[in-house]
Amino acid sequence: MISINNVNKHYGAFQVLTDCTTHVNKGEVVVVCGPSGSGKSTLIKCVNGLEPFQSGGITVNGVAVGDPKTNLSKLRSHVGMVFQNFELFPHMSIAKNLSIAQTKVLGRDLAEAEVKGLQLLDRVGLKAHAHKFPGQLSGGQQQRVAIARALAMDPICMLFDEPTSALDPEMINEVLDVMTELAQEGMTMMCVTHEMGFAKRVAHRVVFMDHGRIVEDDSKEAFFDSPRSERAHQFLAKILQH
Amino acid sequence: MYEFDWSSIPGALPFLAKGMLVSLEIMVAAVVIGIVWGTLLAMMRLSSIKPLSWFAAGYVNTFRAIPLVMVLLWFFLIVPHLLEQLLGVPRGTDMRLGSAIAGFALFEAAYYSEIIRAGIQSVSKGQMAAASALGMNYWQSMRLVVLPQAFRNMVPLLLTQGIILFQDTSLVYVSALADFFGTASKVGDRDGRLVEMLLFAGAVYFVLCFSASQLVRFYQKRLKTA
Repeated sequence: MISINNVNKHYGAFQVLTDCTTHVNKGEVVVVCGPSGSGKSTLIKCVNGLEPFQSGGITVNGVAVGDPKTNLSKLRSHVGMVFQNFELFPHMSIAKNLSIAQTKVLGRDLAEAEVKGLQLLDRVGLKAHAHKFPGQLSGGQQQRVAIARALAMDPICMLFDEPTSALDPEMINEVLDVMTELAQEGMTMMCVTHEMGFAKRVAHRVVFMDHGRIVEDDSKEAFFDSPRSERAHQFLAKILQH
Repeated sequence: MYEFDWSSIPGALPFLAKGMLVSLEIMVAAVVIGIVWGTLLAMMRLSSIKPLSWFAAGYVNTFRAIPLVMVLLWFFLIVPHLLEQLLGVPRGTDMRLGSAIAGFALFEAAYYSEIIRAGIQSVSKGQMAAASALGMNYWQSMRLVVLPQAFRNMVPLLLTQGIILFQDTSLVYVSALADFFGTASKVGDRDGRLVEMLLFAGAVYFVLCFSASQLVRFYQKRLKTA
């Protein structure tokens, strides 16, 4: 589904990604982790072309992301993305947040889009909030709306960029629960996250990054039981202490 | 000792009202065109396409370095000739109003574009990313997501600039156009009561602009608490 091959990216002389290669198969859940500044978020943003890269290739469902001839908007319309800071549109109601891209990008009619939005809102447990504005919801609720908004586009896969990092601790689980349910339904997912509990429960594979390189790319059992690199050892030791 | 005589004002009110309409017409047209053109300039300025960004920067810096009254005079003197030569508009057609509006609009667009640029930049980059991630193209993202938020933050500044523009409309007297100020000064000349007329005109400008800026302040307060 997602194929990343020898991707390199630099800002001027500063190398952000070095020879990154990994694959996400259909129905697979891959967790990307690593210390901050390791390039995880940059890598996941390359997948839907929000960040350009200088060399290598990424294909999503067979479509080359870096190819100038690719219609990126069309590709993105069926690759869902969830951001660290939710990025709901603050000037629109929750219902409008869910319907706007369906009508303007997919060309669905408004009634159909609203029904679909409400169904998904119900699914993340927020149907009663449809008329509110994002500022009136808690962080956890906003992030669940953001997931519903992405799902409304009927995505072929979902990208999560640290979806729980900006949340208060008591709200993390409500978001992770939605993600877990999604994974169990067979959604193809690539998640940048520090939630190792989630990774252990849900992931099929774990990709560990450090200094812009993919250092480990293994099944979650292999990664958590016997990480091969010293760097991953240290990382896990620090994270799992708590 | 100068003796004030206000008696010529009541009779002049119908002329003055006509002049006020001309002033308002110029202001409204210039604000609307200025904001639309200013928005395009701001988007060019922020574009990653270098020539567009250079063009917008050059435009803004040029107009901001030239006195408004000169721009108006050029438009008054040059544009009719150009239209005459290029489009065959008959010589002597009165284009003063059109020239004035065009001059104001192009000049003010430079100022508006800087306000709008700051407004666009005040919207977090993540909003554009989220819109793009949902498959919106650049125009859709701008129109549906970024600009509505930018304009909501900018409304007080845009209105304040509109008030300044309203005062500046008095500069059209260089083209002898009968705006409010021009009419006041003509009537004052005619009746030999220029001082009274200009004091009266000044008072009208003050009352209008001061009340308008109080309204802007009120709106700004409400925006902050909302």
